[in-house]
Amino acid sequence: MGLRFDWDWAFAWEILPRLLEGAWITLQATVVGFALALAIGLLLALGRRGPRLLSIPTTVFIEFVRSTPLLVQLYVLYFILPNFGISMSAFLTGVIGLGLHYGTYLSEVYRAGIENVPRGQWEAAIALNFGTRTTWKNIVLPQAIPPMLPAFGNYFIVMFKETPLLSAITVVELLQTAKIIGSRTFSYVEPYTLVGIIFLMLSYPAALVVNRLEARFARYRS
Amino acid sequence: MGLDLLPVLIRGAGITIQLTLVSAALALGMALVAGLARLSPLWPLRFAAGLYVEVFRGTSVLVQLFWFYFALPLFGIRLDAFTAGVLALGLNVGAYGAEVVRGAIRSVPVGQTEAAIALNFTPWQRMRRIILPQAFVLMLPPFGNQLIELLKATALVSLITIPEMTFQGLTLRQTTGRTNEIFLWLLVLYFAVAYPLTLGVRWIERRVGAYTRA
Repeated sequence: MGLRFDWDWAFAWEILPRLLEGAWITLQATVVGFALALAIGLLLALGRRGPRLLSIPTTVFIEFVRSTPLLVQLYVLYFILPNFGISMSAFLTGVIGLGLHYGTYLSEVYRAGIENVPRGQWEAAIALNFGTRTTWKNIVLPQAIPPMLPAFGNYFIVMFKETPLLSAITVVELLQTAKIIGSRTFSYVEPYTLVGIIFLMLSYPAALVVNRLEARFARYRS
Repeated sequence: MGLDLLPVLIRGAGITIQLTLVSAALALGMALVAGLARLSPLWPLRFAAGLYVEVFRGTSVLVQLFWFYFALPLFGIRLDAFTAGVLALGLNVGAYGAEVVRGAIRSVPVGQTEAAIALNFTPWQRMRRIILPQAFVLMLPPFGNQLIELLKATALVSLITIPEMTFQGLTLRQTTGRTNEIFLWLLVLYFAVAYPLTLGVRWIERRVGAYTRA
């Protein structure tokens, strides 16, 4: 079994534009999925703080979603929902799957952030006769959200790296594009290696930014 | 209810658990080696370990899986699906684990190292008898969480035709067409394996919390 390196630069250049198109879809899926996860996470976090009738089902939902693989959840959305008369595009299905799955993770981030707001802030809001809505909107969330930003950044990167799973439900994102190129040309080295490099080139700088955010908030606290 | 579907899915669950354990062993080994290497005084070791950690954390596990399975053969290295799956999962989780090892070792108070030096321990004894036992306790909760993530990630290897639980589910779907029951069972079975692990990790977290406060 001799080692041989037949890397074809011309071929790599030729397929790069198509891969970058796939990367664009990947980015779109990440951004839309993350926006959904942010909204779902906040709802779940608030649901957990609500009355028992709301908090118990919310907790069960969170535990269940976190204990099962995203891939199986994507199949459930993709294969089962149409049986109940709900049909969506593969992209929309994938984005909803990502949003639901990571929404349960983000709900923990919200929870920790909200619990970190000092009790005195709540008490002061009550003393000043603020309503529930005003207290949340003007007092609690503005203080709770900035320290959450590094954790949100981390999950954004995690979600970005999970989007290749959408290829399993036929979304033509970066990995699926490479797969299609590979099955047409029978050369897999260049497409898959380039996919890895593209992921690394996007996620590594993003991770550095998040590290800086973390350092900044660590200093802000002390 | 579709109870007749269970035997096939449970056979797949056996392979899922097998994959999880073998990959976890590789990940643990890689995490310890790379985590220690990142703290080494020798820069080539630090550099190699840093490269490993950043590359495997910076690319997606599914991309790594496909690379090992489809691209490596073209370099003349042919791996069977199970080996490719274990390599991708183990190396990926190992890269995250290396950061856990590094963080845990660095959070052992520096006085422990100084005391060991004062007692004339060799660097190796210092690491093995003083630092690692204390750091290991701190590694347990994050390792437990990574084990759960690893268990869920094994579903990905269905895409390179390893007959684990998700793959069995997809095959059953093609032969029987009973989509709803199959996927609901899959969710239930994954939950049944993962949730006890979650509860175990929380128990360990409480124990470790009590230990570090004491």
